[in-house]
Amino acid sequence: MLSIKQGKQLNTVLIGLLAWGVALVIFFPIFWMILTSFKTEIDAFATPPQLFFTPTLENYTLVNERSDYLRFAWNSVVVSFGSTAIGMLLAIPAAYSMVFYETKRTKSILLWMLSTKMLPSVGVLVPIYLLFKNLSLLDTRTGLIIIYTLINLPIMIWMVYTYFKEIPKDVLEAARMDGATLFQEIWQVLLPMSKGGLASTVLLSLILSWNEAFWSLNLTASQAAPLTALIASYSSPEGLFWAKLSAVSTLACAPILIFGWISQKQLVRGLSFGAVK
Amino acid sequence: MAKLTIKDLKKSYGDVEILKGINLNIYDNEFVVFVGPSGCGKSTLLRSIAGLEEVSGGNIFIDDKDITDAAPAKRDLAMVFQSYALYPHMSVRENMAFALKLAKQPKHIIDKKIMDAAKILELDALLDRKPKELSGGQRQRVAIGRSIVRHPKVFLFDEPLSNLDAALRVQMRIELARLHHDLKATMIYVTHDQVEAMTLADKVVVLNKGRIEQVGSPMELYHNPTNIFVAGFLGMPKMSFLQAKVISANSLGLTVELSSGVDMCIPVSSDGIAKGSTVTVGIRPEHIQITDKNNSNFTGRLDVSEHLGSDTYCYVNTDANEQLTVRTPGYYQGKYGDTVGLQVDLRHCHVFNNDGQSLYKLNRSAA
Ligand SMILES: Nc1ncnc2c1ncn2[C@@H]1O[C@H](COP(=O)(O)OP(=O)(O)OP(=O)(O)O)[C@@H](O)[C@H]1O
Ligand SMILES: [Mg+2]
Repeated sequence: MLSIKQGKQLNTVLIGLLAWGVALVIFFPIFWMILTSFKTEIDAFATPPQLFFTPTLENYTLVNERSDYLRFAWNSVVVSFGSTAIGMLLAIPAAYSMVFYETKRTKSILLWMLSTKMLPSVGVLVPIYLLFKNLSLLDTRTGLIIIYTLINLPIMIWMVYTYFKEIPKDVLEAARMDGATLFQEIWQVLLPMSKGGLASTVLLSLILSWNEAFWSLNLTASQAAPLTALIASYSSPEGLFWAKLSAVSTLACAPILIFGWISQKQLVRGLSFGAVK
Repeated sequence: MAKLTIKDLKKSYGDVEILKGINLNIYDNEFVVFVGPSGCGKSTLLRSIAGLEEVSGGNIFIDDKDITDAAPAKRDLAMVFQSYALYPHMSVRENMAFALKLAKQPKHIIDKKIMDAAKILELDALLDRKPKELSGGQRQRVAIGRSIVRHPKVFLFDEPLSNLDAALRVQMRIELARLHHDLKATMIYVTHDQVEAMTLADKVVVLNKGRIEQVGSPMELYHNPTNIFVAGFLGMPKMSFLQAKVISANSLGLTVELSSGVDMCIPVSSDGIAKGSTVTVGIRPEHIQITDKNNSNFTGRLDVSEHLGSDTYCYVNTDANEQLTVRTPGYYQGKYGDTVGLQVDLRHCHVFNNDGQSLYKLNRSAA
């Protein structure tokens, strides 16, 4: 028989092992991608896969020569930050009114918004494409910002909604009694109180926009193409070049990975808001 | 500091009318307490005054200025919430400074006001803490401090002490009374604790189902309730009610026969009361005494006794199986099931007609 203390220790060890296992499974593809990006094309194809090889930077040099990485990266930055900023500007007032001035229809509106996410994107590709064409939005960053804002807005409103739900109404009323205007009430009381949740909403929106590929591939050509389009350009009909593809993917993921790494504390706090007090 | 007038105030949620026409005058420096059973609309009335609820009809005036539709920020009222509602991301100092900063007061004045309030409420040592680092009583003090730094026209309190433990509640009650005295402010206070109502109020407003039942000083309400609801609501333990039939009515009062067969002549006005009609007699525990059963024509059987030390409350069942509460001295030792004699102080009995309205007492001056 184990004592209670030993049992607890065993539990901790088991949970730790499980967590490591899950983390490895999730991390492995990224690890392999980075590894492959330093191989020659021949090493990359080798069977069995090689763990030890002479690393080379030739893929990166080649990618750099062949395409203007910085331009794509800049497009990604502008488009994800732009759509996230506009999304937050819309999501905060929307969630505020839905939480603090709830009506009979609020729940249905929330569900309806989420239901738009269930529509397969390809179903509206043609109408959106034609719309964009008529409005001269094709291959513009503005166009991408608009479409990203629209596709991420339901999730952003949902998230902000759940964070605002946790805020006691009394505190906002106290601010109102203290003489705060609507803007001051939101800016000086509500937002600081929900900043963990808002930060994770911002992060999620950035990640989703950064990694979005369907619309960026279909609506951009050269001018506004973000990093996802750059990756796609390397899986061309001429055949797959695993090492180069890995190099460009690594380059595309790196900024958001680093960004996520820096802000992981905020992210974890925001996502577990309410569950862990 | 100000005067507040409420005229025919109504409030509905959908089809449900919560406040059904409230008329009330609150004068400068008055401490007014709203009491009433849960759900009667006390908070709704207070929040309507605050401007946190839109009203469906009627008007609210502060110093003769109509503020019915003014935003809360424009009313210059301060509110203390049951949940304290402190800003969790701000220190105690910032919590108290918030309203002053919004009002763009100069920093040295803000600092001075905070120091003054902190001194009154003994918060000096806590100014740099966050609300989550404070105890319940301290949080309540900060919430009060946040309102007094503003010198508002009227203070509004919604059950501010109900989250505190009993001892702290008594202490804060005394502090609030002192604060009212020192600040000479108009205060409106919602509670369902009648001890708070009786001890703090200059004026008690008894609410029931969205209507005002009676307004008056605590003693007035206690001794001359206008109806059976107020009579039963105020007083601990409650007034006992006995059914009775009117035998005769004359200028000396009303002679009634209780269901238990006992006759008594109570000095109340008999206007509009016909012989043979039924009435309710109300007797407070301190107006009945237990006597020798052999010398009394009014007897009952002793039920449970509650010994509080200074007093003992005895619950007595009459012959008609109605329950009476009797206050006896602390040393009284009655046994469960004993038959006891009862002596009623008739001058202090209340009689209510069929509509529950109180009959005017003939010896009112002696009450
Ligand atoms: N937002 C609302 N929507 C619908 N009905 C409401 C709303 N707020 C309050 N009510 C109803 O209004 C009535 C009065 O509520 P109120 O909060 O004023 O009662 P109260 O006297 O303060 O009671 P308590 O002593 O329990 O605090 C209650 O019956 C309540 O159900
Ligand atoms: Mg209430």
